[in-house]
Amino acid sequence: MSISKELFKGFYKENPVFRLALGLCPTLAVSNSVQNAVGMGAAVTFVLICSNVIVSMIRHGVPKKIRIPIYIVVIATFVTIVDLVMAGFAPALHKSLGIFVPLIVVNCIILGRAEAFAGKNNVGRSFIDGLGMGIGFTLALMALAIVRELLGDGKLWGIPVLSSGYEPVLIFILPPGAFLTLGLFLGFFNWLDIKMQK
Amino acid sequence: MEIKALLIIAVNAIFIYNFVLSRFLGICPYIGVSKNIDSAIGMGFAVVFVMTLASMATWLIDFYLLRPTESNIFYILFNFKEPPDLMYLKTIAFILVIASLVQFVEMVIQKMSPGLYKSLGIYLPLITTNCAILGVTLINLDANYSFIASIVHGFTAGLGFTLALVLMAGIRENLDMAPVPKPLKGAPIAFIMASLMSIAFLGFSGLKIG
Repeated sequence: MSISKELFKGFYKENPVFRLALGLCPTLAVSNSVQNAVGMGAAVTFVLICSNVIVSMIRHGVPKKIRIPIYIVVIATFVTIVDLVMAGFAPALHKSLGIFVPLIVVNCIILGRAEAFAGKNNVGRSFIDGLGMGIGFTLALMALAIVRELLGDGKLWGIPVLSSGYEPVLIFILPPGAFLTLGLFLGFFNWLDIKMQK
Repeated sequence: MEIKALLIIAVNAIFIYNFVLSRFLGICPYIGVSKNIDSAIGMGFAVVFVMTLASMATWLIDFYLLRPTESNIFYILFNFKEPPDLMYLKTIAFILVIASLVQFVEMVIQKMSPGLYKSLGIYLPLITTNCAILGVTLINLDANYSFIASIVHGFTAGLGFTLALVLMAGIRENLDMAPVPKPLKGAPIAFIMASLMSIAFLGFSGLKIG
């Protein structure tokens, strides 16, 4: 597979959220505003790239039986780095993401890519794969966040965009709105699939 | 710790801040293992068990190994001038404890009930990456719960998870017969159902206790 294909597969064809249904907890929790979505997406992309590269580097030296705990320690190290850096430089974002920053450790996307891709491929390809998947995750989060913030708050990136006469549908930034938006998005992508096959 | 405070923690964890429907933790098993009631109950109890044990273990680790207090074991053992602050290691320490706990529960279930082990299949190892488990321990830490309160919170959070999971499984068993539009079959309709359940659970947030 060529490098550009490796990069772009995460955007649509193997989008981690809409296609593989991985990493749904943070997707639902932090998609209530575009700012949170971008912050979370960037954090996950960083961890994904670093862990993919390291896992790919050590793949020949790791005994098969204990590879999962080793991968988790690698991932947890980078998550700790992100956690501390974010607490230092972007305290407001760190506070609004809350426990979902340390919970990146158990995001299935990252362990999934380490197991399914980085453990079998060379460093360069693993880097590209991590970058593509990270961007795909960020795009999916942003898509959800744009819908939810616009309908639920009448704002985008914290700036009011809809006219003042608009009555926000509050339910969209509350938990039920997250489930509903994700359900409809998944349904939309299935519908697109069925259309394209015809 | 008086009983009243523990009761408040319990009601909060089960209904008001339900782990699945309000905190968005443990979504993967919630969608993945909710296809029939039996495996939902099995999964639910595995989670309750692991959550209680994890709350217990991580509280001890936090108190005796990580926190910079007089009772820190390294402080006592090595005669440091000041208690060492190892809080930055919490993510790594907690996830390792949880991973080994899950391995242990898996072995116990495999020995005790092979049928259950078969039906839970790949989801047992996945409890490790179930964010609900790590989530409950981190919430315990943030809320500064005592040892007993941590255990109660872990146990009841697991019950709340089981409640949501079993309710969902009951609905999905009947949903198989319903005329759902083709693109919405499977996960999408499950999320829409979860949305409706979440609206119902929002009603509990009006509950004033304590």
